Amino acid sequence: MTMDKKLIVSMSPHIHGDDSIHKNMYRVILALVPAFLCSIWFFGWHALVTTAIAIVSCMGFEYLITRYIFKRPSTLKDCSAMLTGLLLAFNVPADLPWWIVVIGSIFAIGVVKMSFGGLGNNIFNPALAGRVFLLVSFPQQMTTWPALAHSADAVTGATPLALIKAGNFAELPSHLEMFLGNVPGSMGEVAALALLIGVIYLLCTKTITWHIPVSILATVFIFSGILYLCDSTVYADPLTHLLSGGLMLGACFMATDYVTSPMSHKGQLIYGAGIGILTVLIRCYGSYPEGMSFAILIMNAVTPLINVYCKPKRFGEVKK
Amino acid sequence: MRTFRMGGIHPPECKLGAGKPISVMPLPKQGCVLLSQHIGAPAQPVVERGAMVKTGQLLAKAGGFVSANIHSPFTGKVAKIADVVDASGYPKPAIFIDVQDDEWEEGIDLTETLVRECKLEPKEIVQKIADAGIVGMGGACFPTQVKLTPPPGKVADILIINGVECEPYLTADHRLMVEKAQEIVVGIRLLMKALNVKKAVIGIESNKPDAIEILSHQTIPYPEIEVMPLQMHYPQGGEKQLIDAVTRRQVKSGGLPVDVGAVVQNVGTVYAVYEAVQKNKPLIERVVSVTGKSLKQPVNVKARIGTPISSLIDAAGGLPENGAKVISGGPMMGKALANIDAPVAKGTSGVLIIDEAEALRRPVSDCIRCAKCVDACPMGLEPYLLSALSERQLWDRTEKENIMDCIECGCCTFTCPANRPLLDYIRIGKGKTGALIRARKAK
Repeated sequence: MTMDKKLIVSMSPHIHGDDSIHKNMYRVILALVPAFLCSIWFFGWHALVTTAIAIVSCMGFEYLITRYIFKRPSTLKDCSAMLTGLLLAFNVPADLPWWIVVIGSIFAIGVVKMSFGGLGNNIFNPALAGRVFLLVSFPQQMTTWPALAHSADAVTGATPLALIKAGNFAELPSHLEMFLGNVPGSMGEVAALALLIGVIYLLCTKTITWHIPVSILATVFIFSGILYLCDSTVYADPLTHLLSGGLMLGACFMATDYVTSPMSHKGQLIYGAGIGILTVLIRCYGSYPEGMSFAILIMNAVTPLINVYCKPKRFGEVKK
Repeated sequence: MRTFRMGGIHPPECKLGAGKPISVMPLPKQGCVLLSQHIGAPAQPVVERGAMVKTGQLLAKAGGFVSANIHSPFTGKVAKIADVVDASGYPKPAIFIDVQDDEWEEGIDLTETLVRECKLEPKEIVQKIADAGIVGMGGACFPTQVKLTPPPGKVADILIINGVECEPYLTADHRLMVEKAQEIVVGIRLLMKALNVKKAVIGIESNKPDAIEILSHQTIPYPEIEVMPLQMHYPQGGEKQLIDAVTRRQVKSGGLPVDVGAVVQNVGTVYAVYEAVQKNKPLIERVVSVTGKSLKQPVNVKARIGTPISSLIDAAGGLPENGAKVISGGPMMGKALANIDAPVAKGTSGVLIIDEAEALRRPVSDCIRCAKCVDACPMGLEPYLLSALSERQLWDRTEKENIMDCIECGCCTFTCPANRPLLDYIRIGKGKTGALIRARKAK
């Protein structure tokens, strides 16, 4: 045989599993679609506009930064900027003024993500850090909730957590209403059922593992349950905690962010438990009614330390 | 169905040649027999240039305790003893033979008659295996007689036969199990006698139902031999993974299989043992899968050791137009060849042609810390970390993070959504860390 042809030589493995960053991002975006449709149903066209502004501005800022500051090829096709925009929109009131959404996008993409080097190098979840930045910068706008499009009671604007904080247990919506999402709140966080459908899809496609969502939900349930058993006149019941505020969105989509969560399953369980405990502590004893965002960001900061101390079980370490 | 309990992946099977019976390769004009076809010291040549050799005659003697004899696969004249670029990509010494004829050494039984009886003592069986130059034919090429001689104080209680063939594409072991089941069963009984164990398990992945059926049938008279179907799960053919799957025992870091009472042998090795002990035939030929998506006709061939790989490709219809990479072995752990005239060696289980579309690496991006490599690692390591530490040359930390436990199965690189060359860096790290450990021990 003649050998005029040059062969490619490289080290094994010679095949690849065909997974890619953008496929993972697509799957997360797809998993958010049911909740997105719910928010359009509950909040009308506001939800659509806010989402569009957030996505376009996040992608735009990432493009400008890679093009003119990094002077590198655009990273838009990994779809992470799109996901950040979508999640940022999910975390703000549906009728937030557009310029506040743009400021949130600059902070999320420019400060939290790109200044660390872009996807994979950031310490904090960009969308969540963007939301918290807006919450402390524009507290008034960030806690004014639009009326629900399909609610009999179109006046009320208080979220379940705000009612709990005020001690107003009588006006709390029913568990079913909270489960379906027919309550005031941030755009994408209200529909617990739709979020659960999304997370089941992510689990089935092995995009994420169960460790983080389950440990958060279990910790919140147990911890708030203990408090409820101690004094049910001061503390809300555990199911209300699970279904209210950003808990479901945070546990399923924000805390499970690849970049800012621990690498080993043991570490993920500790991280999830930490988020659960901090959330309940902030909700019950802090000055804000909602604690999920702060809890996740605090545990994001602890993640590198968890990675140092929590190692996966090595082969052969435990006999039988 | 059982499988190993940690990590692993499910690559596409692509067992193109599963239904192709083993055919016999014609003899080449010139053969090239490598002196180092095994782990350990290279064999020392006992023939000189110009000498006439017969098929089956000893060409080179084992160069130490961990080494193996090498016999002539051809009849002809020793043309030269010179270097040839083998599958490793490095020039290695080899004996070139101008093939003239096929006249076998006396005493070798070339008939197909099955010989069941064996009156040899365990030690004599091991000696015959050593004389025949048998090495692990799954790819690791560890001299078999060494495995059959456990270190003092260690006792084996189970023999595990590796019929897993978890690498995609490869079908050589599968065909051998289907076509030579009786011989393999005799081989297993010989090995059980040599090791003095009372139990043997043949582990076969469930995608080979015909092999499972035939071997189950052939082992009916021998209740001490069990055929165990296993879930499809790469890298189940890894020694430690297979022991875990079959016995639920895990070999500790740095330990040997016999520490948990197990000895693992590949089915190809078992067949070679049968031929060596019952037929006096040294290891001079083996079954090789020649496969690939663009090949005209993927085949399984019985080829003499020393046959150029290029002639095997010709037997499968020639190197296709869009064939861009030729691999000795499977797609997960095989070695890409720079020289396709490199010879078939004792550990060549397959020749795989990869198309242009699949042969090029994909563009690499930063690690997104998705932890999929951690989940995929069958040794419970953290590939992302080992790779990053190796990139930064932090050899003391790579050692602490158990880099030497890596079996180089490639699950991490296969899984990585950022297409990072994790295993490339880990290999560099293993090399450096291993050298430092050896230097420290030598002090």
